[in-house]
Amino acid sequence: MSADRMAGAGRSNKLLRALLYSVLILFAVYYLLPLYVMLVNSVKPLEEIRQGDMLSLPTLFTLEPWAKAWSSAQIGVQPTGLKPYFLNSVLMVVPAVTISTVLGALNGYILTKWRFRGDDVIFGLILLSCFIPFQIALIPAARILGMLGLAGTTTGLILIHVVYGLGFTTLFFRNYYAAFPTELVRAAQIDGASFFQIFRRILLPSSAPIIVVTVIWQFTNIWNDFLFGVSFGDFDSLPMTVALNNLVSSSGGVKEYNVHFAGAILAALPTLVVYIVSGRYFVRGLMAGAVKG
Amino acid sequence: MNRNRLQHIIPKLVLSPSLALILIFVYAFILYTFYLSMTDSRMLPSYGFVGFENYSKLWGLRHWWRALSNLAIFGSLYIVICSVLGLFLAILLDQKIRGEGFLRPIYLYPMALSFIVTGTAWKWFLDPGIGLENTMHQWGWTGFEFSWIKDRTLAIYTVVIAAVWQSSGFVMAMFLAGLRGVDSEIIKAAQIDGASNATIYRRIIIPMMRPVFLSAFVVLAHLAIKSYDLVVALTGGGPGQATELPATFMYSYTFTRNQMGIGASSAIIMLVMIFSIIVPYLYSELKPGRQR
Repeated sequence: MSADRMAGAGRSNKLLRALLYSVLILFAVYYLLPLYVMLVNSVKPLEEIRQGDMLSLPTLFTLEPWAKAWSSAQIGVQPTGLKPYFLNSVLMVVPAVTISTVLGALNGYILTKWRFRGDDVIFGLILLSCFIPFQIALIPAARILGMLGLAGTTTGLILIHVVYGLGFTTLFFRNYYAAFPTELVRAAQIDGASFFQIFRRILLPSSAPIIVVTVIWQFTNIWNDFLFGVSFGDFDSLPMTVALNNLVSSSGGVKEYNVHFAGAILAALPTLVVYIVSGRYFVRGLMAGAVKG
Repeated sequence: MNRNRLQHIIPKLVLSPSLALILIFVYAFILYTFYLSMTDSRMLPSYGFVGFENYSKLWGLRHWWRALSNLAIFGSLYIVICSVLGLFLAILLDQKIRGEGFLRPIYLYPMALSFIVTGTAWKWFLDPGIGLENTMHQWGWTGFEFSWIKDRTLAIYTVVIAAVWQSSGFVMAMFLAGLRGVDSEIIKAAQIDGASNATIYRRIIIPMMRPVFLSAFVVLAHLAIKSYDLVVALTGGGPGQATELPATFMYSYTFTRNQMGIGASSAIIMLVMIFSIIVPYLYSELKPGRQR
């Protein structure tokens, strides 16, 4: 009898597992659907999107929309495609990520290994900067960039992104270095090693994981930024996100959905690639940003 | 001795540029914006002091109330749905699922996308003319109707749909990490006592995850108040003012309607909203005595 019951439990258990997997797969479909829609419709001729349905595979495969989105679509007033803006974004992201990461590493090192009176207050001030609504900074930032002659330049955007990234980069490195044995630093100090020597020879060699986390975090945030780009960018500095929005929301003319989708994928590609290549770290970065230390 | 002193100055020297930047770009900017909110600034900053006039004007604007009530609808649904869905998916994924390593990144990848990309995708997918509604018609379900994005009262819910799609996977990851952090000894003890799986979750595991709920709430609430790009890309604040949020309100009053004083005062209100959530949270997290 007890064997019977066991078998029954096994069967209902199997049913439950099947249900569990179907729910999980259903959600996977939900999360993949928009990406699928963008992909299939970016390789269809416009006529097919208008007539056919959005979920079907293309009957006539074409890369025309991609070529158009990249090099000839009308963005604002110029028919340049997204290419120059993609370049703007790269030229903005690389220095901004590098500088904010280096500064964050040094700050984290100081706030954990060279502690002084009042350092918690300084950390608190830096940390709080992660959370301010950027609307509060738009008007004065426009003034300062104007005064510095950086209005509408990539340099100006780099400065802004470095400043508003410092809170996160400092937080990441501080939490990481807090767990690093302070005795090693003290021993090196007694041996006469300098501030920078200790950083370079003792902390830096074991910092690879947190550097990866920080770089990914900063890269996605800055690449995906829209508000600062639209507020302070110019033709020579407008980032990809703003260009994509201009492409999609430009009024007048035919709405070229396929070109919009191709453009959206182009704008998403760099962060998606980073995510696919190093998703594990990406998750860790999100967690570090959310669950402080 | 001299060298030793130098060694103590260098760290402060290295820290000072960052601190100076933060003091200027964050705290001085807040003060400056606060000051502007008390002036008669229009297209450009001007310094005629008007006291709290902009605030009383702001609170008299139907447009602002619309932005706030939209934020209340959007924010509460966004937080609740993301948390429930995130917890639900995390619990499902925690059942020794084969292929977890395959499913997790699928749930999470939207977080890597820009809100502009998310907005673009959902804008056309929800568009009755070419998106889901049209597709259902093509498939023969001609009575199917889904035009929320064009509807003045329902459009705000499309913002919720897109935002939940983008962030729920991230909340799932937070809860999953929380679940994995629960001491397995406690669970084993409960199992030996004959507690069912559901009871273990309800009575033991979920109550132990209070800190994760709190973190998720703080992250989601501050994302909701800051939401700007998604609305711009998805609906542009429309139809009419149907999806206007404080962030889009601030931008349009400051830069397109030339009402900088009112724009600045709305930015201050946003700051107050966020800080009233964040400051107590950070304070409780960083209180001396807790881990450091």
